[in-house]
Formats: sequence, C-alpha cells, structure tokens
Amino acid sequence: MSPARGNKYMTASPATRVLGVVAVAAALLMALLGLIVSPADVVQGQAVRMLYLHVPSIWIAYGAFVLTAVSSALFLIRSRRREDSGRHHDRLAGAAAEVGVVFAGITLVTGMLWGRVTWGTYWQWDARLTTTVLLFVTYLGYLALRRLPADPMIRGRRSAVMALISIINVPIVHFSVDWWRTLHQKASLSVGRRPEITGEMYWTLLYSTLAVTIVASWLIVHRYRVIRLEELRDEEALNALIASRLREDE
Amino acid sequence: MSTVVDFQKVVAVAGGFPVLAGLDIEITKGEIVHLRGSNGVGKTSFLRACAGLLQIQNGDATVLGFDLRDDRIAPRRYIGLLGHENHLYKDLWVREHLEFRAAAVGADQHDVEAALQRIGVSERLWAVPIERLSAGQRRRVAIASVLVGRPQLWLLDEPHAALDREGREVLDEILIDAASSGATVVLASHERDLSKSVTSRVVTLRGGRLWEDSGAA
Amino acid sequence: MLHEVLLIALKDLRVEWRSKVTLGQVAPMGLLVLVVFAFAFDANTRLLELGAGGLFWVAVLFGGTLLIQRAFEVETDDGNFDAFRMSTIRAPSLFLGKSLGIFIQVVLLELVLGPGIVLLYNVRIDDWLLLLAAALGGTLAFSVCGVLWGVMAAGTRVRATLLPLLLVPILAPVLLAGSRAFETAFGVRAEAGWTWASLMFVIAAVHAAVGMGTFGFLLEES
Repeated sequence: MSPARGNKYMTASPATRVLGVVAVAAALLMALLGLIVSPADVVQGQAVRMLYLHVPSIWIAYGAFVLTAVSSALFLIRSRRREDSGRHHDRLAGAAAEVGVVFAGITLVTGMLWGRVTWGTYWQWDARLTTTVLLFVTYLGYLALRRLPADPMIRGRRSAVMALISIINVPIVHFSVDWWRTLHQKASLSVGRRPEITGEMYWTLLYSTLAVTIVASWLIVHRYRVIRLEELRDEEALNALIASRLREDE
Repeated sequence: MSTVVDFQKVVAVAGGFPVLAGLDIEITKGEIVHLRGSNGVGKTSFLRACAGLLQIQNGDATVLGFDLRDDRIAPRRYIGLLGHENHLYKDLWVREHLEFRAAAVGADQHDVEAALQRIGVSERLWAVPIERLSAGQRRRVAIASVLVGRPQLWLLDEPHAALDREGREVLDEILIDAASSGATVVLASHERDLSKSVTSRVVTLRGGRLWEDSGAA
Repeated sequence: MLHEVLLIALKDLRVEWRSKVTLGQVAPMGLLVLVVFAFAFDANTRLLELGAGGLFWVAVLFGGTLLIQRAFEVETDDGNFDAFRMSTIRAPSLFLGKSLGIFIQVVLLELVLGPGIVLLYNVRIDDWLLLLAAALGGTLAFSVCGVLWGVMAAGTRVRATLLPLLLVPILAPVLLAGSRAFETAFGVRAEAGWTWASLMFVIAAVHAAVGMGTFGFLLEES
C-alpha cells in the first residue's frame, strides 16, 4: 500500500489519484440519484432519501471495525514473533478505526434526523441506535488510547488488545440491547413502518453502498499513508538524533 | 571470569530520544562498577536496559547469558533493581512490605528480618506504615527489598541518595559481601568520589555512550 | 499459580485494610450517589422502586471505577510495577490476583449499597438466589474488565480520565444485565432474570480469558 517510488513524502500515488477522482464522481452521482432521480417514498416522503447515506454508512462503520480487529490480530501475531515487525497492520487498524468512527457518526446523525421525521423524536431507544452509539463511544476511546504518546510497539499492542475486546463486545452489546428492547413492552409510540424498497429505490441504495465504499476505501488509504508519514518523520528525527549523538564526541 | 553484562553498540530509545546511542560495555562477574556521568547521559537507561525493562533497538546485549533481544523477561528473576523510586507500598508496614516482596521473588521469609537488621532498620519500625518513615529510612527498606532476593546482578540507581553516613557504610559493606560471594554490582551515581573504597571500576557515560573506563581493578 | 494469586489479592486487601479507602471513602460516596438519585427523581418513591436495580449498578460502576483507579495508583505511585516486572510472579497470576482483590472490595461496596437501596428506595426482595447470582456475575464481570482496562490506562499519564471512557462502553451490557436481573429479583419486572444473570458470567469469562492471555505484554512499558 505504499505510494510510488520517488514521492516518498506524498500520500497520493497514480492509482489512488484515480481512486480519488472515481470517489468524487461516485459521490456526485450518488447525490444526483439519491436526491433527484429516485422517487419519494409513499409513506415516508422525502425522508427516505436519508436511507441512501444511512444504510451504507453503518455497513462501512461495521466493516471498518472488523478490518481494525483483523489487522490488530495480525499485528499481535506478527509482533510476537519478532519485535518491530508488522507495523503496517497496526497502521491499517488505526486508519480503519478513524474512518469507522466517522461513518458511525454519520449513521447516528442521519438516523436521528430520520427518527425526527418519521417517529417525531430524535432518539428512540431502538436496539440498533443504542448499539451504534455504544460502538461509537467505544471506538472514540480506542482512538484516544492510540493518541497517547508511548513506544510505538507498546501502543500498538495495547490498542490491538482493545480492538479485539471491542469487536468481541459488539455481539454481546447488540444481543443484550436487542433483548432489552424486545422484552420490554413496546414503546407506545409505534415505530414507523419500514418503507418498501423496490425498483429505483433499491438500485439507488445498492449504488450508494458501492459509492460510499469507494469513498471510505480512499479515505482509509490516505489515512494509512498519513500515519506512515508521521512514523517516518519520527523515525528520521530519531535517526538524526542518534547520528548527532554518535558524532558528538568524535 | 565470566561475563555478566555484554553490550555491543547498543541503541535504546525512550520517549523518542536515543537514551543509549551505541553503548559498548562489558562487565564481569564479581565487579562493583560505579557508573558516572552528569544528568541525562544514560545511567538510568543503561540500568533499565540491563534489567530488560527498556527495549534494545539496535546492537547486541547479553545479560547473565540471556540475549536481551530474544528474551528480556527470563533474566529478571536473577536481577535486583533499585530505581530512583523505592518501589514501596506506603500503606503497608515495613515488615509486611518486605514479606510481600520476598514472596514475590520466591525468597525465604526468614531472610526478611535478617535483611532489615543488616541494613539497619531498627526493630521498632517494623510495625510502622512506610508512609511514616523518613526518606532515608525508606531508602533502607527499599535496599532491604533487593537484599532479600539475593540477586546475582545488582542494579542500583543512586542508592546512596537520602542515606546518612552510617547508612552508606552499611550499604557499602553489603555490596562488598555480595560481590565477594559471586554477585555483580552496578551502581549509578553522579557523585564523583563516591565510595572509592568499594568500587572496583569506574565507568563514565556521556551522550548515551561509554566515555571513560578505569578498567577492572 | 493459586499461591501467587492469593499473594497479590491479600497484599491489595492489606493495603485497603491499612488505608480504609473502600469503606471509609468509596462506600459513603456510593451512598451519596443513591441519595442524589432521589433528588433527580424528585423522591418519587414509585420511580425509585422501579429503577432501584439500575441505580444500584450505576452506583457500583461509579464506586468501582474509583476502586480500580486506586488499585492501580498503589502500583504506579512509587514505581511498584517495576518491582512486579522484576519479580517471579507470572502475569496471569497478577491479573487474577488484582481481579480478586477488586472483587472483594466491590463486594464490600455492594454490602453497603444493597441495604442502601432496600432502605432508601423501599425495595422488597422476592428472589434472594437470583439476587445473589446476579450480584456475583456482575461483580465478577466488573472486576476482570476493570483490571484489564486498568492496566491499559495505568501506563499513561491521563489514566484518571481515560479509564472511565474505556470502561463504561464495554461494561454497558453488564449494567443492562445487572439492572434487569435485579429488577426481576425485586419483583418489579417479570422477566427471565436468570438469563440476564448468566450473560454476566459469560462476559466475565470472555474478559478473564483475554486478560490472562494479554496481561503479560500489557504490563511492559517499553
């Protein structure tokens, strides 16, 4: 995932430049399809358009957190064998978590707006909303842990353990919250009827998922490279320090 | 004579700074090495690297026959470390603390009283919370905690700090005894003429590297 | 192994016995929290009775977090973690020992908070067995999670603020399960309290396994 030779200090490579252009075009087309081309829902009216961002976002958020967990597991396995190896897994874990948090945030905001329009209230103690907000806060904590100054390997292991626990916790949280809400007597406020998704709406949603995935991948690639550059900067500063200390007394 | 510590071009980093920058040093069994140098030259870092607490980034480091780049946990049980901090539970009584430390390093509980007596912590203080001790008395309890473990390698960071003259003399005796029974001692201090009679070798660090070595006595 | 676990736990309990932080400071603070809840609900006895289970666990979470902070402060205060790293005690034993120490202290806290909700919130206990099982499961889950996150936060300068941020989202299912199980035990909710109670044992087991496997390198600082 490293950019082309010669531009070691850039985050873009020819391939990702193309990806970037595709991502912007895809997002524009998505706006066109979602806001203008696709029809309003019979029941929910214009609010249904929120769906085209809401659904892909939660899928990206979960996907990114799974990617964080898998990278963290690989990092733990690699770093056990030889110290200082497998750093790229750690970087990918961090980049994916950042993007995941952003999309979890988008999910929450669109979900709340949608709720306001369809349920008449921003927040319902709906199982999925509650799980998502807990997930969002969990990964904010993960990012806070990552940001703390520490030896890179130590920080990597520490955050890898947290990423693994967090992903193990997702089904536990989901199960318990879901169970809590379903066993609870149903809220008097009836949960709005789900819109029938067919025809143009179905295709728009499918396309939006693709478009958001492209945007998210592009973001992850660039965040990965920024993290790598930060590490490179630290390493070069350190090497210069070592070199100057070695010269000092000669 | 067997080598206890063997560092070759060791580089170690702490807080983004190369605290050891190509350190070469060899210490053999039975030596009492006085590590010298002004603040920030890497004395503490060298001791922590020997103890396996500081990761070696570059170079080769062997302590008590263990290659630190392969395993920096295994040698720890043979090492007694006294840092800047005393590693004391201030809420515990002196004796309770020592008994815990002895159990934690698998030492004999009977050695606890002997160690306290040896370092000169008077018996009336044994059932007193460490919190109430003076700085010098705490330092003595900390030294006793190292003593009960009967380490093969003593790593002492400014051990004489806070000790009175009598305390320093007792510590010197303990170190001489340890060395003569086959242990190795490395003590860091920036005081120039500290315990000349005790140390068999004076090593000066500068900029994370070896600067001056008096050689084995 | 058991010997090492007990050694650590007894040491922590002895520190507590000498300093009386749990009984002298944290437990009274927990009681205060219970009183303050009554302010929030305008002393509506019916609401307090219905919510007693949840309020109990929120108070345990507050107080317990302080206990975990304290348990790791004792270790970081005078560089005691270095002494552990240099000792022959294995990391899993240290994890379990610390967890056991926290467990017993949280039980002490609960022994104060329990009568507190009974007296202040007018709670009647229908099912003692369920109550005890839920308290056991919840306290176990809290202790192992707390120690696992405690050691992660301990190596950092911002531990006091970091620990609650990491701990609360992970413990959310425990809070939920504990509240529901207690409400069933109090007879204010006809639900499968036992399933909620077992969920907490599962959470405790998962975190105990992760903790034993990872405590070794979480302990290293460099």
